[in-house]
Amino acid sequence: MAENTIIVTTSGKKRTQVADVDRGMYDFRYEDADAEKLEAGLTPEIVREISERKGEPAWMLEHRLKSLEIYNSIEMSDWGPSIDGLDMDNIVTYVKPNTDQKSDWDSVPDNIKDTFDRLGIPEAERSYLAGVGAQYDSELVYHSMQESAAKMGIVYSGIEEALHGDYADLIQSKFMTLIPPTDHKFAALHGAVWSGGSFVYVPKGVRLDYPLQSYFRLNAKGAGQFEHTLIIVEDDADLHFIEGCSAPKYNVANLHAGAVELFVGKRAHLRYSTIENWSKNMYNLNTKRCRCDEEGQIEWISGSFGSHVGYLYPMSILAGRKAQASFTGITFAGSGQNLDTGCKVVLGAPETSASVETKGISKDGGIQTFRSSVVATPAAKGSRCSVSCQSLMLDDRSRSDTIPAMDIRCKNVDIGHEATIGRIGDDKVFYLMSRGIGEEEARTMIVNGFAEPISKELPLEYAVEMNNLIKLEMEGAIG
Amino acid sequence: MASSFLLSCRGLSAAADETPILHDVDLEVPAGEVHVLMGPNGAGKSTLGHVLMGDPAYSVTSGSVEFDGADITELSPDKRSRAGLFLSFQAPVEIPGVPLRSFLRAMVEGRGQKMKNKEFRKKIKELAQTLDMDPAYLDRELGVGFSGGEKKKVEMLQLLLLEPKLAILDETDSGLDVDALSVVSRGMELYREQCDGTLLIITHNTRILEHLNVDCVHVMVSGRLVAAGPSGLIDEIDAQGFERFELDNSAE
Ligand SMILES: Nc1ncnc2c1ncn2[C@@H]1O[C@H](COP(=O)(O)OP(=O)(O)OP(=O)(O)O)[C@@H](O)[C@H]1O
Ligand SMILES: [Mg+2]
Repeated sequence: MAENTIIVTTSGKKRTQVADVDRGMYDFRYEDADAEKLEAGLTPEIVREISERKGEPAWMLEHRLKSLEIYNSIEMSDWGPSIDGLDMDNIVTYVKPNTDQKSDWDSVPDNIKDTFDRLGIPEAERSYLAGVGAQYDSELVYHSMQESAAKMGIVYSGIEEALHGDYADLIQSKFMTLIPPTDHKFAALHGAVWSGGSFVYVPKGVRLDYPLQSYFRLNAKGAGQFEHTLIIVEDDADLHFIEGCSAPKYNVANLHAGAVELFVGKRAHLRYSTIENWSKNMYNLNTKRCRCDEEGQIEWISGSFGSHVGYLYPMSILAGRKAQASFTGITFAGSGQNLDTGCKVVLGAPETSASVETKGISKDGGIQTFRSSVVATPAAKGSRCSVSCQSLMLDDRSRSDTIPAMDIRCKNVDIGHEATIGRIGDDKVFYLMSRGIGEEEARTMIVNGFAEPISKELPLEYAVEMNNLIKLEMEGAIG
Repeated sequence: MASSFLLSCRGLSAAADETPILHDVDLEVPAGEVHVLMGPNGAGKSTLGHVLMGDPAYSVTSGSVEFDGADITELSPDKRSRAGLFLSFQAPVEIPGVPLRSFLRAMVEGRGQKMKNKEFRKKIKELAQTLDMDPAYLDRELGVGFSGGEKKKVEMLQLLLLEPKLAILDETDSGLDVDALSVVSRGMELYREQCDGTLLIITHNTRILEHLNVDCVHVMVSGRLVAAGPSGLIDEIDAQGFERFELDNSAE
């Protein structure tokens, strides 16, 4: 059976739709099993069962079991926003496919439905995006994209499917080497129960001049919770990959612990863009990492809008001479949200360079923290890194913080950090209003302007979606 | 009873935080006239402009403002703008990330004017050219990196785009080179021609007034209007400064 976890979108507005219910295939099988195991913690049996159902190679089962051991033996980290709301004793409820989710459209909260309206998501896609009902499917677009990429020698498929294909050995040699299960508790959990996700392989010298776009199905095999993305861009190759979409992803099981591992070869270039808008009950504990070889370049574009709690720090490991990383991020924390985002950079070779530019916005009591870590290893001679983060608090109830960490073990490196935290200027609002622009629109314009350095990095339709998203957040219209 | 004036304020006093700045201001501007407001630095001229426009940084402690037959004392700035009032700022703000063009567009849309994009682009390009502005400025971020003179031209561009009933020009002529000064002058004339606009000009510089038929000059000192008279007053002030008015004021 073909792995079915990838949905490709052409643009926010032009998605095709095959209104076909295709969930019976695996979801029903889970239900019986879950009913029995609901009370138990995560056991090797459950993990074996997951693996067996997927028909995985033996090494993957071993990897899962080892990860489970690690998961059960390490502590939760003791920093960052509280995740007390996660019911870790009943972790199995997170692991099981989300049977509740596909209950029905009526159970989707009104605010989410309303948001679909306002984002202009076509009727046909809404139930899919809400994580209930018919899986929205743009197989046609996906396949044509797959095909044209394939002509260039690019592999773009579901990762579970790829475990049985020509690249199985390559995957084995890379899988969870950047994010080892020992990294943190949720990396271990991911290692044990991961499911779904993408695999992309771009051969040497191949440059794809349009972005590959994908976002993950929520209602298939828990893919919305624990998907694994593995992308390999070989020497001199070039790829832009876009993950996510601006529609709120509603999910009853509210833990997301995905992993993204990116390998960028010599002189290769990868741009990895994400706009995330998980529904506001979500604990988003995602881990993303990239390794760049000599003169390789990674560019992260990262927009975080959704989730109740978020921990997200995409990491760039600059392992080869003159490797480069840039990170452009925006985080918008509204009512009830505590978003701890930022990035990590390892300057691990001579003459590497990294630049980080982030924007944080907090509103209606939201908490937004920028957290960064820059490490210069003894090998980093002649490297440089600049970090700039700006925060905008839209009212007195909201909070923005900056927590930069630097660990410099090499002389001769140039590290700069600059942070500003400000409020929206009343004089600016008055100026706009004096031209006949309403107060809410005036504020939205100012915030969109503040976010502009990020949105200009996005492909047009995503930039438009992001602006719409900001508009909705400003109205407080998103639940 | 509705007054026959386009703008009239009566007994207007205003404060910033707890500090009183304007005291008992009575001002009347009939439609179609050109009025000038002069006074020493710190007299309260800009404050009056902002209060008339509804800047929430100031609170009106007494008195009222009537515009075009309606009491606007409690109206928000956007509604005042849509009612036909305009303030050219002495110090226009910068809004990073917002292209001038989008701002102008939002201004027009805020008035519910349906203008096709093509028509709109043509119009603002023409206005830019009228004001000797490189149309490339339209794609720059609002105010960011604009020189003082360029900012003033952008204010004039907005005036000509909106064609308000009454425009308060707060030192739109200051800090301009000779060429820019004549451009702004031309803009003011154009505004008068296009829509028979009414002007309240705040200035320290009599030059800008040369081509205008000034109907009335008001003098403000220490937050009070202390004198009003025909355009001859301008020459008097030019020759003698504000000292006389200050004395008048203290003798009160
Ligand atoms: N928001 C404010 N908060 C506190 N004081 C203010 C505020 N705005 C104006 N003032 C004070 O009120 C007085 C009048 O200021 P205003 O800017 O209106 O003067 P002006 O007549 O326009 O002067 P200039 O000719 O220099 O432009 C000044 O003393 C100024 O410092
Ligand atoms: Mg002034």
